[in-house]
Amino acid sequence: MAETTPPIVAVRNLSKSYRRGQQTVPVLQDISFDIAPGEFLALMGPSGSGKSTLLNLIAGIDKADSGTITIGGVEITTLPEAELAAWRAGNVGFIFQFYNLIPVLTAFENVELPLLLTGLTRRERRDHVETVLSLVGLADRMDHYPSQLSGGQQQRVAIARAMVTDPEILVADEPTGDLDRVSAGEILALMERLVHGFGKTIIMVTHDPRAAEQAHRLLHLEKGELTDGAG
Amino acid sequence: MFILKLLIRNAFRHKLRTILTIVGVAIAIVAFGLLRTLVDLWYAGVEASSASRLITRNAISLVFPLPISYKDRIRQMPGVKDVSWGNWFGGIYKDEKNFFPNFAVEPKSYLAMYPEYVIDSSQVKAFALDRKGCIVGRKTAERFGWKVGDQVTLRGTIFPGQWDFVIRGIYRGAQKNTDETQLFFHWDYLNETVKKTLARRADQVGFYMISLTKPELAAEVSLAIDAIFKNSLAETLTETEKAFQMSFVSMTEAILIAIQIVSYVVIVIIMVVAANTMAMTARERIAEYATLKTLGFGAIHIAGVIFGESIVIAMIGGIAGVACTFPAAHWIETELSQFFPVFSIASQTIVMDLAAALVVGVVAGIFPTWRGSTIRIADGLRRIG
Amino acid sequence: MSIPYSYSFRNLWTRRLTTVLTASGMALVVFVFAATLMLAEGLRKTLVDTGSYDNVVVIRKSAQTEVQSGIDRSQAAVVETQPEIAVAGGKRLVAKEIVVLISLPKRGSGKPSNVIIRGVSATSLLMRPQVKVIEGRMPRPGSAEIMAGASIAKRFKGGGIGETLRFGMRDWTVVGIFEAGNTGFSSEIWGDVDQLMQAFRRPVYSSIIFKLRDPSEFARVKERIEGDPRLTLEAKREITFYADQSQAMAKFLRILGITLTIIFSLGAVIGAMITMYAAVANRVTEIGTLRALGFQRGSILAAFVLESLFLGLLGGVVGLFFASFMQLVTISTMNWQTFSELAFTFTLTLDIIGKSLIFSLVMGFVGGLLPAVRAARMNIVDALRAT
Repeated sequence: MAETTPPIVAVRNLSKSYRRGQQTVPVLQDISFDIAPGEFLALMGPSGSGKSTLLNLIAGIDKADSGTITIGGVEITTLPEAELAAWRAGNVGFIFQFYNLIPVLTAFENVELPLLLTGLTRRERRDHVETVLSLVGLADRMDHYPSQLSGGQQQRVAIARAMVTDPEILVADEPTGDLDRVSAGEILALMERLVHGFGKTIIMVTHDPRAAEQAHRLLHLEKGELTDGAG
Repeated sequence: MFILKLLIRNAFRHKLRTILTIVGVAIAIVAFGLLRTLVDLWYAGVEASSASRLITRNAISLVFPLPISYKDRIRQMPGVKDVSWGNWFGGIYKDEKNFFPNFAVEPKSYLAMYPEYVIDSSQVKAFALDRKGCIVGRKTAERFGWKVGDQVTLRGTIFPGQWDFVIRGIYRGAQKNTDETQLFFHWDYLNETVKKTLARRADQVGFYMISLTKPELAAEVSLAIDAIFKNSLAETLTETEKAFQMSFVSMTEAILIAIQIVSYVVIVIIMVVAANTMAMTARERIAEYATLKTLGFGAIHIAGVIFGESIVIAMIGGIAGVACTFPAAHWIETELSQFFPVFSIASQTIVMDLAAALVVGVVAGIFPTWRGSTIRIADGLRRIG
Repeated sequence: MSIPYSYSFRNLWTRRLTTVLTASGMALVVFVFAATLMLAEGLRKTLVDTGSYDNVVVIRKSAQTEVQSGIDRSQAAVVETQPEIAVAGGKRLVAKEIVVLISLPKRGSGKPSNVIIRGVSATSLLMRPQVKVIEGRMPRPGSAEIMAGASIAKRFKGGGIGETLRFGMRDWTVVGIFEAGNTGFSSEIWGDVDQLMQAFRRPVYSSIIFKLRDPSEFARVKERIEGDPRLTLEAKREITFYADQSQAMAKFLRILGITLTIIFSLGAVIGAMITMYAAVANRVTEIGTLRALGFQRGSILAAFVLESLFLGLLGGVVGLFFASFMQLVTISTMNWQTFSELAFTFTLTLDIIGKSLIFSLVMGFVGGLLPAVRAARMNIVDALRAT
């Protein structure tokens, strides 16, 4: 399915290094690849291979040293910070290993958060939030605080939050890393549904072979370089 | 509304810490308010005094008297409406700690010149008729439980002996800042008694009080009065009542300045405490701020969240402090009445209190806000694992 | 088994910003604490140095101050002949003095303030060995000459040597400057008693000062003077006399000092508590690990209390360091009881240093105790599980 349509993500000659004291540590070296719309991509590799950095770069929360990332025709590597923030708000949804929900806000309010940056009315926001929360199966837990939810439920709230602005791309950093088998299975099933039912593109960093199995394609990173292509 | 909800919920996430900080701010605001009130009190005499009445006294210093004969010469001066005169009596009621100001004055002209002492006209008449009569301010009367008709004995410090007076009236202040602690009795009574026992000190007054036909004449008349007594045995110094009161205040300026400095030090101390709280809070929530940024919120939003929380905490403390200032002031009024017979808080002080609390909130928020809003997302998120 | 000191110390170092903020809050409190003690001590020292134990001051009964007092010549004659008065070099050590206030403008601001002018005789100086002429000479008896205390010469217009002051329809020339150490006399102007009585047209003395030949005879001479029906006078030891005169000021400073200290230390203890609670909260896993390694609850408690004590001590030392500079400051203000200028200097003593350091440790202890108890009472399993 990737051959006919133009890629939604195009990564070209991407390089990035960190400074540790005096030393410069290369993290990503001259990486290029494409992601097709509706693809479920898993990034794998040992710790320190640069997979999280690559994810952050694609999500527009970190800056590359050289190379370009073009997403949906927008070259995000050249966008200034303020425009990048606005772009993120509309085009990317985030799912984190530790859910990163705001503990003082209810499930409903956490999901509502990204909508506060849009011009939607209260009524419209309410509709959107209720829709995504029932999509992830938590319509009955809207007024619970994160501390009153299980890990799997919290991750589902986080997915609802990522989905609520209807972005084309979802990025997930170890989404099942902190969950038990059953919960992890539910989360993966939910993600699968987002790809098939809603046409989302998901890029996921994972250690979990079961999670990787679910993906359409695997990218292996080793010492900042891609070791193989399709999966 | 959403943001306010978030601020308040955030503020009480660490209940203990927030409550401690609020208590700290409240204590500081109480201290600040009381110290400001203390400074105001220092100036209360100046505030309550008039710029259109003059005081004439001996140029050498207050302890030297002026001859009573000056009164007619002053009265004849152009611009002078009326003249009254008096002496600081310095009498003590039973014990030194019962201090209150007491003066010998010429009753008729004095009460006419000072409309701020509000007193029943029948009491004025009774006072005028009784040579040993006196009138006393409401606060002092309440303090010692005196009623009209009671006999009061003062021990003279400047004029030796035991002096008996009968209370003929109790006055109230027309304004809030009018001194309601003073006692006035007949200058004639003082003078006649002194004539018998200390003849050389008779027919002398401590100071003259002068009312003017027009307030604008104050400077002119002052100079004219001092000019006619120049090179006499008792040269005079004439100034407005305000300037006269101010000269007392400026003599104790050093203490006043110290109190003012201390009142700001309190605020600085609590600023440090609050800044510490906010710094710790912000450090713990770096990952949260990074998450908000990831969702597309800008630096300005993050700044609003941190600043807002800091201000919410400081303002709650400020309001609690203001609420506690009143009982504290009441306590001082009753327990330390020797020093502070009146300890009332001006509305201006309350405004200052709340402004100080706001400043504490803003200053405490600056550094954490800067840290929180400039954090790089990738770094902020990394702190989680 | 106890946890090494360095654990507590390094933890403070690791959280430098918080440590600095908390310690500087405490330092400010200790600064204010020490400064009020220093001020009270300065006032006390001035009073003690002004009076001397074997001198007696006689004033009119109930007069309280020399300015308000009046003793006529016949009464003075009775006092002068008391047998307990010391004799030195053939002279009876007794002086009849007049004390009045004059209003002088300050240099610089021009604001007037009341200054004591004292009419003295030759014996006056003999009884106050602390008074020394440091510039110029003594005023000649019978002339319109005066000498000014060092603090007056410096701060008041017309007080410098060669300058003149005008009062009592005459010009008075300052011919000498005297130094009287930390005493109230430094804020006075002295002239010849007879000349001043004439100038001020006051036929009575203000006070009579005499030295006792034997300090233990005070009670007897006091009883005789106060019991004499011809005299309406009272006698006080010079030391008591000056202390009484500044009672109101001393009490005011004491109340202000105590109140400020209580309020400020509450603020600082709260600051310390916030810091230490956060220190405990941030190190839950660490505390669990220490307990798992076999450290007792007591050791954990001690480590956290010690950390807080370090914090208090740091604040105390910094606060004292800055307070010591206050010794350069002289406060000059009006004494409410005498209406005259009173100058005193912030004075730092070993006692105050000790009290301030103890105070700062107590603040640290009180602030650290509850958080340390929380740390010590933590359940090992829960603590280890927390992230």
